[in-house]
Amino acid sequence: MEPAMKTTPAQTWDENVVLSVEHLTMRFGGLVAVNDLSFNVGRGDITALIGPNGAGKTTVFNCVTGFYKPTEGRIVMRHGAGLQTDKIEALTLTGRQFNDDGDDRVFLLERMPDFEISKRAKVARTFQNIRLFGGMTALENLLVAQHNPLMIASSMTIGGIFNLPGYRKARAEAIDFAAYWLEKTGLINRADDPAADLPYGDQRRLEIARAMCTKPHLLCLDEPAAGLNPRESTELNNLLQYIRKDHGTSILLIEHDMGVVMEISDHVVVLDYGQKISDGTAEQVKNDPKVISAYLGVDEDEVAAVEESLDMPVIHGKNDPADNSEGGQS
Amino acid sequence: MSAAAKPGLMADSVKDAAVAALLVAVLGFFFFALRTDIGTGGLDLTYRWGLWFIAIAIAFGGRLLLNLFVFKTSRPITGGMSISIPEGVMSGIGRVLGPVLLLIALTLPFIVMAVYPDRDRQFIDLAILIMTYVMLGWGLNIVVGLAGLLDLGYVAFYAVGAYSFALLAQYFQIGFWTALPLAGLLAAVWGIILGYPVLRLRGDYLAIVTLAFGEIIRVVLLNWYEFTGGPDGISGIPKPSFFGLDFSRTGGFAEFFGLDYDSIHRFIYLYYIILILALITNFVTLRLRKLPIGRAWEALREDEIACRSLGINTTNTKLTAFSIGAMFGGLAGSFFATRQGFISPESFTFLESAIILAIVVLGGLGSQIGVVIASVVMIGGIEILRNLGFLKEIFGPDFEPTQYRMLIFGLAMVLIMVWKPRGIISSRNPSAVYKERKKISSDMVAQGEGH
Repeated sequence: MEPAMKTTPAQTWDENVVLSVEHLTMRFGGLVAVNDLSFNVGRGDITALIGPNGAGKTTVFNCVTGFYKPTEGRIVMRHGAGLQTDKIEALTLTGRQFNDDGDDRVFLLERMPDFEISKRAKVARTFQNIRLFGGMTALENLLVAQHNPLMIASSMTIGGIFNLPGYRKARAEAIDFAAYWLEKTGLINRADDPAADLPYGDQRRLEIARAMCTKPHLLCLDEPAAGLNPRESTELNNLLQYIRKDHGTSILLIEHDMGVVMEISDHVVVLDYGQKISDGTAEQVKNDPKVISAYLGVDEDEVAAVEESLDMPVIHGKNDPADNSEGGQS
Repeated sequence: MSAAAKPGLMADSVKDAAVAALLVAVLGFFFFALRTDIGTGGLDLTYRWGLWFIAIAIAFGGRLLLNLFVFKTSRPITGGMSISIPEGVMSGIGRVLGPVLLLIALTLPFIVMAVYPDRDRQFIDLAILIMTYVMLGWGLNIVVGLAGLLDLGYVAFYAVGAYSFALLAQYFQIGFWTALPLAGLLAAVWGIILGYPVLRLRGDYLAIVTLAFGEIIRVVLLNWYEFTGGPDGISGIPKPSFFGLDFSRTGGFAEFFGLDYDSIHRFIYLYYIILILALITNFVTLRLRKLPIGRAWEALREDEIACRSLGINTTNTKLTAFSIGAMFGGLAGSFFATRQGFISPESFTFLESAIILAIVVLGGLGSQIGVVIASVVMIGGIEILRNLGFLKEIFGPDFEPTQYRMLIFGLAMVLIMVWKPRGIISSRNPSAVYKERKKISSDMVAQGEGH
């Protein structure tokens, strides 16, 4: 990978990369939501994507998980170790979506439809506004996540209709796997309750459990701590640490709660106005003057100067572009 | 107005008045409707339906007016009734209802023959009609109830099935039992062909386009005169045989089994054919619901975006729902053709789609038993209107109750939507259980696109 920033010696996430976003640009009509963004997500790391509201974080997520087709750029997902640069360059030239290399496959996510990204590239995600199947039980939610292996086990429904032993076994295993994740997220007692009946914090954890049931290599969490109380936030931290350690799943998360970000992240990428303004460890980012100015706002005269140049009336006291300036100070 | 001040007053009052009217109907039946006079050699029974009906109407109207303008209570006495029924009793009824209905359905022709020996043909024919709608309702339930795709053109597949059989019989002399699977297959293929471009749309757009496709099929059948006979339809469609035995006067079913020839045999046979077809539809639907594909349909109804984030190919999943629903519609259509012996595009108007959809919605989206209840009430209800000759005593000889059937239909729908907005049976049964099976209340279940 090219040295993205003028940063210090190569970091671990530049050497053992699971996902690399390269020169990603996303335009909606005239609006440039993400502009020439490049960053790496290290294998086994917890990477946080932070930035003020409207910085383009969720847009990046939607590009990575295939819900948006990026205007420009390349998004590479690697299942095998190492950078595999030659393989990726060769694949890019062929026009194919991924190569068939057994366990060492690489995927060009910007070419793949959203459901294939989850199915083949093994990138799972959660949503900013929870998207559970409210009328289905917690257990059913986790079974839906195991749809593809179960479809194969039911020989595309034919074997399932006749309840063949192969399908019965796969079904029992799927329920066990779901129960395992319900146990881990502390929801096992609510397994047979409809998801819409669960309290908010439980719903957030259930969504993570559901994403984990797709057996992902990379888990993308869009504001997992939003709306959680401090105790629930701590539980979430422990859950994410557990997922990373015991399942080797890399985590990419968007978060506003700086407590969560600073505590668990190995690597923090800061966006503002669709551009990367900082990239490094939590400690490095915290002390980066650009980050501080993005979060706390710039000097009032500078705002006035910009507004003047745009021929706008000067509004005083509106020099804070971010809504969680208090978070930046932690 | 007091009605405006208290939301729910109108609904409660109507409910309360309906209960009062029902009580009068039951009690008054013996006092008003039946009259016994001493006649020659015993008692003479005379019916006074008009009097009975007037009594019910007075009770309903009076009670309604009292509730609205005198009592003005937001909780009429019957308000407590629905609450006081314990949950266990209702689920107990639910558990027993299915097997009881099945038992009745299995023995129905013989019950009818024993109870109404002189009108058995009419009643069995009605049962066949109701059962056809039950099957259509179950078929559409896969598309609308499970997958949450609002299909306003379901009758198109009914038509494809009916015409497939009729044309195969006309041009290739193919019998019912050979044509049946072919008709189902053709309808399923049509489901895929129509579904592929259509299913990219969502909600209202999907509803409008399916409606248009339903009409296109009908208009093609109407105008392709050389092939389909156009408005003249196709007649002389063969009747199904019983393992090669026809239901004819000589050398057929009756002679083989040493029975006296009776045309009722064919009606009973047709009844059992549609019963078995409907039960297969039900069985397959119930099985599919517990399989990954059925769970994916329901997940699709709940949240399509979440489905895609979990690696479910939503286009294919929708197409399977659409084509399996279409297949059952096609099977029912081919049965319809053989029962009628004559089909024309007139049988496949939008009204049919609307009735089938109404059955599914009134019964409760996704509920199998609700579809049965709704079909019996709706199709049976229309037939009852034909037998209300006594109303002529009240409204004069020109009164024709069947002319009011759409009005009554609409009123019934409004009443049910007030009383139970999510259909008669609205709770959902989970498809997989970890420890304890709990019903899911309808408030939580999404209704899918276009509702």
